[in-house]
Amino acid sequence: MLMHAETAAHAARAAAPDPAPILALAKVTKEFPGVKALSDVDLRLYPGQVTALIGENGAGKSTVVKTLTGIYQPDGGEILVDGAPRRFATAQDAAAAGITAIHQETVLFDELSVAENIFLGHAPRGRFGLIDWAEMERCAEEILVGIGAQIDPKVRLRDLGIANRHLVAIARALSIDARVVIMDEPTAALSHKEIEELYELVESLKAKGKAILFISHKFDEIFRIADRFTVFRDGQLVGDGRMADVTEADLVKMMVGRDVSQIFPNRERRIGEEVLQVVGYDHPTEFADIGFTLRRGEILGFYGLVGAGRSEFMQALFGITKTSKGITKIDGRLSAIRSPADAIENGIVYVPEDRGRQGAITDLPIFQNVTLPSLKRTSKNGFLRLAEEFRLTREYTTRLDLRAASLDTNVGSLSGGNQQKVVIAKWLATQPKVIILDEPTKGIDIGSKAAVHEFMAELAAQGLAVIMVSSEIPEILGMSDRVIVMREGRIAAELAGEDLTPETLVRHAAGI
Amino acid sequence: MLKRLLASREILLLGAIMALLALIATRFPGFVAPSNLAGVFNDTAPLILLAIGQMIVILTRCIDLSVAANLALTGMVVAMINVAAPGMPIGVILIVAILLGTLLGMVNGLLVWKLDIPPIVVTLGTMTIFRGIIFLISDGKWVNSHEMSAAFKALPRTELLGLPVLSWIAIAAVLIFALVMRRTTLGRAFYAVGGSPHSATYTGINVGRTQFWAFTISGALAGLTGYLWVSRYAVAYVDIAGGFELDVVAACVIGGVSIAGGIGSVAGALLGALFLGVIKNALPVVDISPFWQLAISGSAIIIAVAVNARANREKGRIILKSAEHAA
Repeated sequence: MLMHAETAAHAARAAAPDPAPILALAKVTKEFPGVKALSDVDLRLYPGQVTALIGENGAGKSTVVKTLTGIYQPDGGEILVDGAPRRFATAQDAAAAGITAIHQETVLFDELSVAENIFLGHAPRGRFGLIDWAEMERCAEEILVGIGAQIDPKVRLRDLGIANRHLVAIARALSIDARVVIMDEPTAALSHKEIEELYELVESLKAKGKAILFISHKFDEIFRIADRFTVFRDGQLVGDGRMADVTEADLVKMMVGRDVSQIFPNRERRIGEEVLQVVGYDHPTEFADIGFTLRRGEILGFYGLVGAGRSEFMQALFGITKTSKGITKIDGRLSAIRSPADAIENGIVYVPEDRGRQGAITDLPIFQNVTLPSLKRTSKNGFLRLAEEFRLTREYTTRLDLRAASLDTNVGSLSGGNQQKVVIAKWLATQPKVIILDEPTKGIDIGSKAAVHEFMAELAAQGLAVIMVSSEIPEILGMSDRVIVMREGRIAAELAGEDLTPETLVRHAAGI
Repeated sequence: MLKRLLASREILLLGAIMALLALIATRFPGFVAPSNLAGVFNDTAPLILLAIGQMIVILTRCIDLSVAANLALTGMVVAMINVAAPGMPIGVILIVAILLGTLLGMVNGLLVWKLDIPPIVVTLGTMTIFRGIIFLISDGKWVNSHEMSAAFKALPRTELLGLPVLSWIAIAAVLIFALVMRRTTLGRAFYAVGGSPHSATYTGINVGRTQFWAFTISGALAGLTGYLWVSRYAVAYVDIAGGFELDVVAACVIGGVSIAGGIGSVAGALLGALFLGVIKNALPVVDISPFWQLAISGSAIIIAVAVNARANREKGRIILKSAEHAA
């Protein structure tokens, strides 16, 4: 295995007069049940350089970050620090090796002061081993000034904005003398001015000789600050090199240029009359001017980067958030949807992304879960009719081939796949016209994905109108009749037919 | 089926109560005589009534610390009404008590629903406010037995088919709320909201409104108990049932109601209250000091919670094929 290290280092030296990488992954593999998250990937981070890690959702970027920071252990291959293989059994090991990550949502403590956040776990000690507050605040001040941040170390973190929180996280990274800084979509929540300040900071980190791994979906920022790139696709390395040698088009092609490895159901498209019309949905901060139509039997994909406002809009359409304005017509009739109950009444149902938290109620039996949104139909004057509930449940669980000892079994004791069937049965039992599926296959294995796709196709074949929110390009391409791309809270494009290609999706979503 | 029955919290608790009674019977056989047990039940009736309301509130991931103060305030108001208008029929007094309790419960519910204040803070506040109001309207004075009309004091003691009316009211409440919890959409909503507020929202249930109804029911039962308490003990003053809210919460917890919400039953609340009732009544009989009583009640709470926590612990994912069938 040491051979790899030598050849890797050798190759790097031969290719260019680069310094030796501080941190490298050599042929790293990481498997989860049913999924190979990383397969023989290489990655090298050089001192004083920014390496951009690029890839679609599910390409393996987060797995790389977790492997580098000691949260996951690789199943094969090696992590090399200064060319020597190292094992990070815990996050502390990685931190001790000088590796630190700044996440999208930075992990800091709201109720502690800035100085405490920076020095938590390694605060300067005074007499009797007590924390030397004066020294800690002095050091914090020094680091903050060093990165050009005007933050009082005594202020509580909760009083800071997101940009300043990032600065505190970076100051923390510097306080433990990090040599490698991983930034996972650091600009996702920042304003333009704050992003500029972040760029300056990255430059100053470079000047200090730190190696930076920069993960981002936004091409403009990658071209602005990265020196090198590494592209992942489906857990494999598809290309790396210097930014100076590539164009945006090259990178997009590397990201999406795939063999169609997943099979999607071949469905007969019978698109009927218009069932849903949405006009001018506005929200003060989350989205603006959303409008579209949807027909029976149609699958409408909603694509966009994480944070583009897709789920937020869907929740508004479903009546969960009440601060938005807009007109919804169902079957041509104006429908006032002020609550989820109104939406269900009007034939719109929403299957949220997080099934664990928002899907089934695990302490309740199957039949009570299935009938929960249909209680109006299965009850009379507020009294439940259990026979009717069992009849309805049996009808839909049979259709979905759900096998359980009894419909009285608690959902918590079912397997994940069966729990999902309960959730789907629950919504079908309301006899909806429009079904909104938010990331329907996120985090499930390939076999289950295929089952969900089959099912979606069947729903459409039965005349339901389906809205599918997805961040996975193959799924969007494989399932949708039409796709709406959202960017920064607005509709960026509506694509169908020949316009619907991986490249157009990425371009509109990233705003190139 | 047998396995499921044995695993049920209610059956376990019933077994524990039986074992406790058997143990007491070895030292003091008279305790388990039917007439004495009926007396214990009657003594526990107020706790049962309040525990049913509290169970529903806890089920929806809230807590109602104001129940005892609500009881005391309602009790004082009806006692003062009785003093001012001794001729007022008891039926009217009962309705006033229930309505006033309901109103106080609605205040809690509205604060939780509309202002989104944590329930523990709301009811801690209203608890103090209710007690304060009692002081204001009574000037801190007691309403004593001789000021109350005979009819006012008679109702809970009146015997019907061998049991006092107080016991019958508790029995009726158990039956009515068992029906409400198992056979109405509102009962189902309580379980859904506590089991997963997010899921409940997406299925069209208004979480805040459901919690409001839970507080309202708890308040109504507290108001009803307020009259029964004051008339049974024939006295009303600022501090009656002081600290009783903790007994009520304890009864729920012992009865298997999950503090995290979503799990609980009327039967559980009933048995939890009876368990505490048996301990309270039995320990003096077998000559154990009242200080030990407190320690034993406290231990019972911790044991009950530990047992429930074990039962509710996540089993972990089944990844091994061989474990699939074993589980």
